[in-house]
Amino acid sequence: MNYKMFLIKYAEIGTKGKNRYVFEEVMCKRMRARLKPLGQFEVRREYGRIFVEAFSDYDYEEVMQVLGTVFGIVGICPVCVVENVDYDSISKAVVEYVGGEYKNKDFTFKVQTRRNNKAFPKSSMDMNCDLGADLLAAYPEMKVDVHKPEVMIDVEIRNVVYIYSKIIPGPGGLPVGTNGKGMTLLSGGIDSPVAAYMIAKRGVEIEAVYFHAPPYTSERAKQKVVDLARLVSQYAGVIKLNIINFTDVQLAIYDNCPHDELTIIMKRIMYRMAQELAIKNDCQCIITGESIGQVSSQTTQSLYVIDQAADKLPVFRPCIGLDKQEIIDISEKIGTYETSILPYEDCCTTFVAKHPVTKPKLSDIEESEKALEGKIEELYNKAMDTIEVIYCR
Amino acid sequence: MEAYFDNAATTAVYPEVRDLMVKLMTEDYGNPSSLHMKGVDAEKYIKNAASQIAKEIKCQEKELVFTSGGTESNNLAIIGGAMAKRRAGKHIITTNIEHASVSATMDFLSKEGYDITYIGVDSTGHVKLDELKCALREDTILVSVMYVNNEIGTIQPIADIAAIIKSYNDKILFHVDAVQAFGKLRFSVKKLGVDMLSMSGHKIHGPKGSGALYIKDKTLVRPIIYGGGQQKEMRSGTENVPAIAGMGLATELIYKEHEKKIEYINMLKDRFISGVTKYEDVFDNSGEAPHIASISFVGIRSEVMLHALEDKGIYVSAGSACSSNKPHISNVLKAIDMPDDRLESTLRFSFIETNTVEQVDYAIEVIGELLPFLRRYIRK
Repeated sequence: MNYKMFLIKYAEIGTKGKNRYVFEEVMCKRMRARLKPLGQFEVRREYGRIFVEAFSDYDYEEVMQVLGTVFGIVGICPVCVVENVDYDSISKAVVEYVGGEYKNKDFTFKVQTRRNNKAFPKSSMDMNCDLGADLLAAYPEMKVDVHKPEVMIDVEIRNVVYIYSKIIPGPGGLPVGTNGKGMTLLSGGIDSPVAAYMIAKRGVEIEAVYFHAPPYTSERAKQKVVDLARLVSQYAGVIKLNIINFTDVQLAIYDNCPHDELTIIMKRIMYRMAQELAIKNDCQCIITGESIGQVSSQTTQSLYVIDQAADKLPVFRPCIGLDKQEIIDISEKIGTYETSILPYEDCCTTFVAKHPVTKPKLSDIEESEKALEGKIEELYNKAMDTIEVIYCR
Repeated sequence: MEAYFDNAATTAVYPEVRDLMVKLMTEDYGNPSSLHMKGVDAEKYIKNAASQIAKEIKCQEKELVFTSGGTESNNLAIIGGAMAKRRAGKHIITTNIEHASVSATMDFLSKEGYDITYIGVDSTGHVKLDELKCALREDTILVSVMYVNNEIGTIQPIADIAAIIKSYNDKILFHVDAVQAFGKLRFSVKKLGVDMLSMSGHKIHGPKGSGALYIKDKTLVRPIIYGGGQQKEMRSGTENVPAIAGMGLATELIYKEHEKKIEYINMLKDRFISGVTKYEDVFDNSGEAPHIASISFVGIRSEVMLHALEDKGIYVSAGSACSSNKPHISNVLKAIDMPDDRLESTLRFSFIETNTVEQVDYAIEVIGELLPFLRRYIRK
């Protein structure tokens, strides 16, 4: 059965008081944009609800998949629409609807009628009783339970009648664009796309930065990051990807600093660059995929030292307490895993020392960084002045 | 300057081939199975291509099956041969330096219950003939050995191998993957004594998606693709006429003034090898093939060197192009017992007749400039 309409359920945004209108509108806009290539749809708000109505043929799976990427939606109810607003038509439609939706009828149910159209002669209570009786007559295996029904059959009487009972879970969260913007450090690994996804889920618009180090990292590694940004953009909307050529800075660190501190110092400079770019592009936070203890630069000591480099913006690390497998599970769910595991080297691993420091001291690192003074500024500025931008969608 | 030295991965199509193919796609586009004139015309192009190839490898036209390329040819020969012979036995012999289209097909057959023996090579990459002799068994049905190795360019003694196999049991099928030999060496399938031989079009300035398999007359091979029964039931599917005709013409063209071309390509290869091996810790692993140079730049990961060269307009391969989307240590380099420090730092340079001495000298010079720089920055 192809439904003509879907009722969109949202929980959290309903609580946002006066902002609610803004939140709903952002969500509707996002749904319209995502549905556009799939057919003719109207997304509209009425009586404090959001409906999607189809005006052309569409692929059900495709529409569900797409709506499943719009943050803010907690559930999608496929709706059966009855044009004739009289009791017999409604009763017939409800019986047919239940007949088609549920092969096995051994369940408890309750009919819940809402009568927006007050001209309709029967009261909601009477409708509940009569429709329930009609259903029992048609399917004797069904049982009524008005307290804890297994299936709630909703009937809404307006100038047409809506019947629905199933809720397909949505992604939850808040609509992207309702909570500012964050700069994600995207490496091409498994964690950073997941981090971007998790923060986008809280309504934050995503911008990204990737550090490219040719010839040590390849064009394919860069393409992989673009592909990952595209996948995340399914959820987060268009992602502006900033590509910084990091080679010269990296080699300068190599030439002037202790080798076992290379990764820490490199990441501190990356954070500084990301922060500068974030502020310039109106972001309020930096987002990374770090998780405590995963590698030497993600011990709490290392994270502390690296974190000190971003002194103006908060760094959000949504994966911080997750195990690797938990991060992998999310990446598989959002479809980035396959791309993330393509084996191209990223610049963090290019020169990684055999025995990098795992418990760096801020004072030691700052001391080591003094060797860069006067040598790195020009390279730093050149890298920041030659950023390549790709809009990923 | 631009220098494309990745001609063992693929080559540019000859302009004459391109023009012929355009004509076949826009004017003489008939289906060879159609009964009308357009069909008959298309069929003529296929016959002509078969005759062009047959002439160069010294076989009969009817002994050729056109495929979608080297991979399909190898699959057809090995799977088709093994299926046809399965009542006689389930033992197959191959080497440990084969291209993935052979080794992965062997893996498949192994899972299907066939018994596969892999024979080794010596440090120069040549098949150990003693090992082969010992490996032959009563239930051996097929032997598959590549002609020219795609990574290091070793040429296997195919005629000797054929003699060993056939003197043991002349019913054993002998298949040769000649993808890197075709167009580079002059050979006769009859003199080599092989039963099946795989060729590819795009390695010899023909189009991608073109290939052929020589199957000696009266050799039983089961098809692996079924349908309308084209190509005498051996390979169903409407013939890719433009690709087949393109491959035929490319074959004719590449074998024109062949000795002169090969001498020139060999000269480029030798010039390049002697130029780069003058640098410290640069080693040559190349075999006899005229067009393939395998060079190790100790201390520099092959991918880094590759991208640094790319930045200077020089295009080469790390290992073989086909395995580059799955970076791992090459099994060919491992098979020749290469020292560990060279395994990770080996590149393949492959030449054709349109490469120039200037390009080779440019590459030598660029490498000389890159070596000290890239060697300064290594993992410690």
